[in-house]
Amino acid sequence: MLDKKIRVLVAKPGLDGHDRGAKVVARALRDSGMEVIYTGLRQTPEMIAEAALQEDVDVVGLSILSGAHMALAPRIMDLLKANGQTNVKVFIGGIVPDEDIPRLMEMGITGVYGPGASTEDIVKDIKNAVK
Amino acid sequence: MISLEESILQGDRLALARLLTQVENDTDDGRAALDALFPHTGKAHLIGITGAPGTGKSSLVNQLALHFRREGKRVAIVAIDPSSPFTGGAVLGDRVRMKDLSGDNGVFIRSMASRGSIGGLAQATANVVQVFDAAGYEIIMIETVGAGQSEVDIAKLAHTTLVVEAPGLGDDIQAIKAGILEIADIMVVNKADRPGAESTEKALKSMLELAHPTQRVFAHHGKYMSAALPIETETNIWIPLIQRTIATDGKGINELAHQIAKHREHLIVSGDWTIRARARLESELDAALQSALMDRFRERVSEDQFNKVMDQVLERSLSPLEAVNMLMNGSLK
Ligand code: B12
Ligand SMILES: Nc1nc2c(ncn2[C@@H]2O[C@H](COP(=O)(O)OP(=O)(O)OP(=O)(O)O)[C@@H](O)[C@H]2O)c(=O)[nH]1
Ligand SMILES: [Mg+2]
Repeated sequence: MLDKKIRVLVAKPGLDGHDRGAKVVARALRDSGMEVIYTGLRQTPEMIAEAALQEDVDVVGLSILSGAHMALAPRIMDLLKANGQTNVKVFIGGIVPDEDIPRLMEMGITGVYGPGASTEDIVKDIKNAVK
Repeated sequence: MISLEESILQGDRLALARLLTQVENDTDDGRAALDALFPHTGKAHLIGITGAPGTGKSSLVNQLALHFRREGKRVAIVAIDPSSPFTGGAVLGDRVRMKDLSGDNGVFIRSMASRGSIGGLAQATANVVQVFDAAGYEIIMIETVGAGQSEVDIAKLAHTTLVVEAPGLGDDIQAIKAGILEIADIMVVNKADRPGAESTEKALKSMLELAHPTQRVFAHHGKYMSAALPIETETNIWIPLIQRTIATDGKGINELAHQIAKHREHLIVSGDWTIRARARLESELDAALQSALMDRFRERVSEDQFNKVMDQVLERSLSPLEAVNMLMNGSLK
């Protein structure tokens, strides 16, 4: 049997065109040995949940800098659950006001990261979460 | 509780996705499921799509999938990208060009990293394809970046291989790799909207004219067996076709799909379909036999005994062949 690789979907939901952060994080995860499925911009919650299912990922990483995270995150969580992917860990990065973080965690989001977050921390947290 | 195989046969997509992971990781559960699903395989048309980076393979797969869906066929896509040889990680980005396919339950896209060994990739891909085949996907497209052995392996696995070229990548004859004629059933000149498409097509045409239609040769227990056919009639020899496309807007896709259908027809009429299936299963059987024999051998000969013989080989008191004879005959001290 081969080593089990951590598979991560990195997606940009909504109409947000800021893709630098998503690409930086995707590369950092790759460099830590993970397999990253990158979906590109303008993904609907349905597209993200569908890709997460087909790719059988361990982690879904959402990059949201548009301010729409409180609308997008619950929808994506619901769809993942509806598909039976209850053990997938969801991480969010981008522009998220501090006051929103507790509510995101309540929804079942595993980690939230803002500008300047260290990619080493992100890698470490993902590895811990899927163990 | 119903078994994993039964869920797959009943169209459970989550079960399918999870089994693909098991199969890719070569787990015991994955192997058992492959065995159980094997009788349900052998029906799908496997289409390989290869070519240099950025020539438009994923965009073409996207368009072809839309076409096959209009024909009512279920489509699976295996998109392979290279793993980093240093970290083992990968960024798999082919889905970016396949957005049109989301929201359709008749399509299933799976991204795969090439991971370690070349041979390992070929087997893992064959196994993943086998699962899709059993799950009832009629068309299975396999996208891989054209690079040496992986390209050849995919051409062996697929029934129909498309090699994608595009102008502007050094569009003269030198840029087009020599081996292409041996693997391409259809050559696609994509990005036909770009200047230079014509000269790329010309270069391909002149290569075709230089080459004689070659027979396919298959390894058969280490011996080479050519798929020789009694008379060289038109149905027996397939001369690679050339098709221009614009994958970003769908031009040339109907024609390309038509050529793919024609190639499938040719394989069936000429008997090549069966010959290829046999050759592929035989090499799979060979590989499985070798590893099973190896396992059995390891059970009988201890590490210690093996090392002792190995030491004698190192001292040159035994030749490698004499050593093998000793190990096999059990004439060990
Ligand atoms: C560069 C930039 C742009 C570039 C984007 C280029 C590109 N292709 O990405 C351009 C000029 C195009 C642009 C345009 C706009 N921008 Co702008 N932009 C920025 C800026 C200055 C930096 C963003 C960036 O690239 N950072 C570098 C990367 C590496 O950092 P990051 O994305 O934050 O990622 C890190 C973390 O967030 C986290 N992370 C990110 N994603 C993920 C994913 C996962 C899974 C994980 C675990 C972690 C993670 O890890 C990363 C590493 O630390 C920010 C301000 C800021 N300081 O953030 C504004 C900012 C994001 N933009 C903003 C706005 C308003 C816009 C525009 C709407 C402006 C306009 N009116 O036209 C447009 C919209 C464009 C669009 N289509 O969406 C606002 C957003 C406000 C909000 N959400 O409330 C910001 C915050 C500026 C501000 N202070 O007002 N922008
Ligand atoms: N002008 C033009 N651009 C195209 C055409 N087909 C694809 N492209 C563009 O070419 C780029 C690469 O396309 P992909 O489909 O990702 O190519 P690929 O061969 O799958 O790339 P890799 O998987 O990275 O090797 C994208 O920006 C496409 O939009 C075409 O027919 N014409
Ligand atoms: Mg591609």
